[in-house]
Amino acid sequence: MIYNVELIIINKDIVRDPEGETLQKYVIEKFARDVLETRVGKYIQFKVEASNEDSARKLVEKIAVEGKLYNPIVHKIIVRVNKQ
Amino acid sequence: MIAIIKFPGTTCEFDVFKALSEAKIPATVVKYKEFDPDKFKGVILPGGFSFGDYLRAGSIAANTETIKDIKRMANEGKPVIGICNGFQILVESGLLKGALLPNLKLRFISKWVYLKVVRTDTVLTKGLEKNKILKMPIAHAEGRYYVDDIEYAKNNMVMQYTDNLGNVTEDANPNGSLFNIASIANEEGNVIGMMPHPERASFKLTSPDGSTDGLLLLKGLAKWV
Repeated sequence: MIYNVELIIINKDIVRDPEGETLQKYVIEKFARDVLETRVGKYIQFKVEASNEDSARKLVEKIAVEGKLYNPIVHKIIVRVNKQ
Repeated sequence: MIAIIKFPGTTCEFDVFKALSEAKIPATVVKYKEFDPDKFKGVILPGGFSFGDYLRAGSIAANTETIKDIKRMANEGKPVIGICNGFQILVESGLLKGALLPNLKLRFISKWVYLKVVRTDTVLTKGLEKNKILKMPIAHAEGRYYVDDIEYAKNNMVMQYTDNLGNVTEDANPNGSLFNIASIANEEGNVIGMMPHPERASFKLTSPDGSTDGLLLLKGLAKWV
């Protein structure tokens, strides 16, 4: 089975994100007052061959940790898996 | 002999080499794949844009075999110094705790700054007077030091950004670093990262007032060669 796995790397809530703050202040607030916060992260897309969804997810999580794709002191990761 | 490691995209290796020559420290520039840790007593990771700063500054270099060798040297107590992008590699590889985030104002900052030496038990600052003010240039986009362990930060910071009188103020903090941290070391004091460039503050002709404060730090390596 081939899965599309999306890895999002984003600052933890306690770490300031000036890119998101700038976007919020100069763009988002022009359009809407009910957007309370904007945060910017990095997005990496993988195409993974795996026997099931869970093993595709675990593989990407392992790569993220061992390949230091994020720094756990400042970032959190979000992993999403979809069948192709 | 000190190894100055060149990754693809490293740009400051010859400036560091020249400054070490000025400080009478034998050193050589080594390409990262040709690095043999047994031949050297210490390592400098110079500044630049290793691997194009892809993903995050320093993150790809941190994954190389060279860094594994350098970790072993650090564990043996040998000096491992990271300047600017070298500092970013040290935090990305876990050789130093913390992270270097994009500057709070999101700009590349290139300017001379004042620094206060707060720790004098490291390889580079041993022998310097505590609270001594140094003047050196910075040039970076990702230099906002952050760590989630406040005690570690307080106990291990080596230099702080200050005003010309040594006051740690918000105005003197160029990038939003926690506690104005410009340099931090491990507890043993042999692994040191710093955003300022001592090699660019080592020659009278190229510093704005003829000061050569960078040499004061680099000379600390003399005992290790």
